[in-house]
Amino acid sequence: MWRLIKPGRRTLRLWQLVVLVLLFTAWHVLTVPGLLPHFLFSDDNQAAFFFGEPLKIFDRVRHWFFVDADIYRHLGVTLLETVLAFAIGTALGLGTGLWLALSPFAAALLDPYIKAMNAMPRVILAPIFAVWFGLGVASKVALGVTLVFFVVFFNVYQGVKEVSPVILASARMLGASRRQLLRHVYLPSATSWVFSSLHTSVGLAFVGAVVGEYLGSSQGVGYLILQAEGSFDINTVMAGILVLTVFALVLDALVGRVERSLMKWQPQAGESERL
Amino acid sequence: MSDPALALDGVSATFGTYTAVRDVSLSVEAGEFVSVVGPTGCGKSTLLNMAAGLLAPGAGGVRVFGEALAGLNRRAGYMFQAESLMPWRTALGNVMAGLSFRGASDAEARALAADWLRRVGLAAFGDRYPHQLSGGMRKRVSLAQVLVLDPDIILMDEPFSALDVQTRQLMENEVLELWNAKRKAVLFITHDLDEAIAMSDRVVILSAGPASRVVGEFRIDLERPRDVAEIRATPRFVELHKAIWDVLRDQVLAGYRQQLARAG
Repeated sequence: MWRLIKPGRRTLRLWQLVVLVLLFTAWHVLTVPGLLPHFLFSDDNQAAFFFGEPLKIFDRVRHWFFVDADIYRHLGVTLLETVLAFAIGTALGLGTGLWLALSPFAAALLDPYIKAMNAMPRVILAPIFAVWFGLGVASKVALGVTLVFFVVFFNVYQGVKEVSPVILASARMLGASRRQLLRHVYLPSATSWVFSSLHTSVGLAFVGAVVGEYLGSSQGVGYLILQAEGSFDINTVMAGILVLTVFALVLDALVGRVERSLMKWQPQAGESERL
Repeated sequence: MSDPALALDGVSATFGTYTAVRDVSLSVEAGEFVSVVGPTGCGKSTLLNMAAGLLAPGAGGVRVFGEALAGLNRRAGYMFQAESLMPWRTALGNVMAGLSFRGASDAEARALAADWLRRVGLAAFGDRYPHQLSGGMRKRVSLAQVLVLDPDIILMDEPFSALDVQTRQLMENEVLELWNAKRKAVLFITHDLDEAIAMSDRVVILSAGPASRVVGEFRIDLERPRDVAEIRATPRFVELHKAIWDVLRDQVLAGYRQQLARAG
């Protein structure tokens, strides 16, 4: 029996699950009123009030997805905002990165402004975007774009700057025009850098969407959390956070999958030459 | 006599305050295989980059089949010392690159590239990415990538220096065979005198840097076709080797002393 569950590579998933169950069990035991004598709070119910109760949280999630089935609309909105912010931010970052990396004067000219905009805490722009674009999807997308843009931009810029000079010279000797160099050398080279930033930027797009919703909106998961917080419904807040976390994990896995299929020319860490 | 395929006329190259080569004249006839040997850091690669048009000479000029070179040398193919394959393209894609850049149709490029991969012995490896190939295989892909374009001038910068001895001799023989069939002008850079003699019609010796110049030139009258491993044992090879080494040794020692002085 022990051989089957002995910690190792094969049983890693199992043990990860065990950690999760332990976490929730501890949470449950420490928060359910009356189960343990209270030692930190002055009242049995306070732990549950501040930290929520896992069983009630799961029940909330169950209602959202299966009983009332009213979360799909909100999830859909958050997903739409995330995907739009991610796509627009990445496209802008890629374009600007390529442009500035290939025209040194423009890069030198704009350098202090880009640094300033990157240093600025951009979440603070959310209220301004709300004024400009209203409380709908657009303002959240705008916030997400400002977050995603810089991550992608800096990576592409770096990527283009670090294109191997030998590969570049070789492509030129093979007859590549400036356009072809851009399409066949700079872009693929920069793409590998974009992908290394993709996990970060999809996370930031998500942050932009949720924070935007949280600061003012009429739908989205961030809005649900805001509503629940207004009525001190900690279980619903926790349920929202749980849903968001799972959602973020799924997005990250999707990015990983796209990355693997597009970057098959790159050696995987630890992969030996298949010969 | 017709114009040489490639002629460097008194070229100099200066990087900042460092003069890499000074007043070097060198020519390669059409169909001739010329090697340039010299101690490390003597500006051999600089010469090649000027011949390729990647670097404009500070003084002097480059002529290609009699015409002054401005910009890139379109009639030359360049095989680099370092890895020059595009890692995001398969072996076949890399060989096709030059043809596609020059406007060949995809089908045409694919057929020609596949043929050249077969000629360098990699027919079965067309769908591999560079990181999935061994060092010797990558060099073969580079070779096919250059030769598929059928350039009139082939520039090679220590193309086999990173390979082990056995692979290297195989590659040298393969290159000689391919060259024998087409007889293009080749300018071959190496620091290996054996390699230079075994492969070339003519060996040019550069002095130790800075401000390298040509200090000797030897015609190699060994018979072709040659086998690079066997030819090293012939008396004429040994004779030539001794004569050239007598000139080269002083330069190698001078280069070594300079490096020591710089380090100290």
